[in-house]
Amino acid sequence: MNAMFRGRGWSFGFRTAIILYFICLIVLPIFGIYTQSFSLGWMPFWESVSDPLAWKAVLLTVKLAVIATLINMALGTMIGWVLIRYRFPGRSFLNSLVDLPFALPTAVGGLLILLLLGPNSLVGSLASSVGIEIVFHEPAIVIAMLFVTFPFVIRAIQPLLEELDKSEEEASYTLGASKAKTFFSVILPTMLPGILSGAMLAFSRGLAEFGAVVLVAGNIPGKTLVASVYIFGEIESNNPQGAAAVSVMLLTLSFLILWLVNVLQARRTGA
Amino acid sequence: MTIRRTWIWLTYLVFALLLIAPLVKIVLGAWENGIQGLIDGLTRPEALHALMMTGIIVVVVTIINTGFGIMLALYLVRAQWIGPRMKRLLNSIVDLPFAVSPVIGGLMIVLLLGPQTVIGALFEDAGLKIVYALPGMILATLFVTFPIMVREVMPVLQEIGAQQEEAASTLGAYSWYTFWKVTWPSIRWGVIYGVVLTVARSLGEFGAVLVVSGNIMNKTQTATTLVYQDVENFNVVAANGIALVLAAFSVGLLLLMEWAKKRKEVH
Repeated sequence: MNAMFRGRGWSFGFRTAIILYFICLIVLPIFGIYTQSFSLGWMPFWESVSDPLAWKAVLLTVKLAVIATLINMALGTMIGWVLIRYRFPGRSFLNSLVDLPFALPTAVGGLLILLLLGPNSLVGSLASSVGIEIVFHEPAIVIAMLFVTFPFVIRAIQPLLEELDKSEEEASYTLGASKAKTFFSVILPTMLPGILSGAMLAFSRGLAEFGAVVLVAGNIPGKTLVASVYIFGEIESNNPQGAAAVSVMLLTLSFLILWLVNVLQARRTGA
Repeated sequence: MTIRRTWIWLTYLVFALLLIAPLVKIVLGAWENGIQGLIDGLTRPEALHALMMTGIIVVVVTIINTGFGIMLALYLVRAQWIGPRMKRLLNSIVDLPFAVSPVIGGLMIVLLLGPQTVIGALFEDAGLKIVYALPGMILATLFVTFPIMVREVMPVLQEIGAQQEEAASTLGAYSWYTFWKVTWPSIRWGVIYGVVLTVARSLGEFGAVLVVSGNIMNKTQTATTLVYQDVENFNVVAANGIALVLAAFSVGLLLLMEWAKKRKEVH
């Protein structure tokens, strides 16, 4: 029996199976979507992409994801710092709670935003009485993106802060630097790679987000229709080629970001 | 220390608004029509069926991805039959599903295996429906959750190094024996953490499953797509019941994650 496990044929078959599974599950579908979008040639691809509703959806997604990412960078840096550096009651509880958006189904997240900020809720009616519309408008999309990408920046900077040598900070104080100066010239540079790679992951997740957004966005073409919902609409209206064309735009953007994150991380571990 | 106080209060405020308020709301919201309303919402035949579908998908996907994930992580870290350049390429491909919008993930499966395609038609002739049926939904969830296990196990394998395994096999241990006695005890907590994450992700998968399943009530509807449909039908209280069940599972998984993380650090 053991000879069988050690047998060349057996292990060769096993290896092939694993690699084949990997290629069929991941590589083939991605390859498929690129070929599908060009299946009718360049012109139909160009027509699908240059449809004003399509590029408006992509632009809107990028814009809102940038806003959500910027907010996330500020909040995440603050929270990461507070959770690592300060000791206060409830700290470990909050620290565990950070991962909640990863554990909670995104559709549930969307439903919650709808319930909390919707037209029938306290906050929603208050906001609309002063003329701010939240749900079914851009703010709700930003909030949804913020919610699902909340853990990224925090989780990226925490290990860096833990590694930061306290003596560097103390040296800076001893040499007479002010608190603000120390923060900007000693602490922030240490956190920066984490903030950036966390922000980029958050951004690409924000671009891709569907579940939380589709419930709260209202999905009005050209106004509150984000790219992923646009793609979904094209699939529903039986236009897979158009859906694939916009997917290719969004995918290429996400792959670029992923590649940048890898470069950043390689540089950090290499240095 | 007033500045410090301010930061701590601000942190509490963000958590309260962004994470705690929604959790409280979902617990309160589900009781809006009393306990009877909650029970009625949950015992609708479509709700029971949707929860069952989600359960099947979670179990199947977690088992398959755990097995393949551990094996691929082992190969990517240890195998000598893959060149270093090929390894780097495969390694970066592993992450791709993280960058792909779930809707696009679903679209890929429809494009490759849908009823109009060659492969899809072939399977349909053989009596196996993939898209708009359970196999497609499992495939979509497999795609979305694939990187999780590999990413959890790989760093642990890199950290422990190959020395002990080499020693074991030099001493004549067979490869399965080496795996169970040497490798498994050190990657165990990483694997458990990966399993919890995979369960959480496949439980909550929505976009990919929505596209592939067609969301047919009592047939291919899962818990998350039922929540979506209930909201679209303005049946918010019923949606809330299902959401409460899902949220309860998520909080349970979160606690498990914390526990596994602590164990992982000890070992």
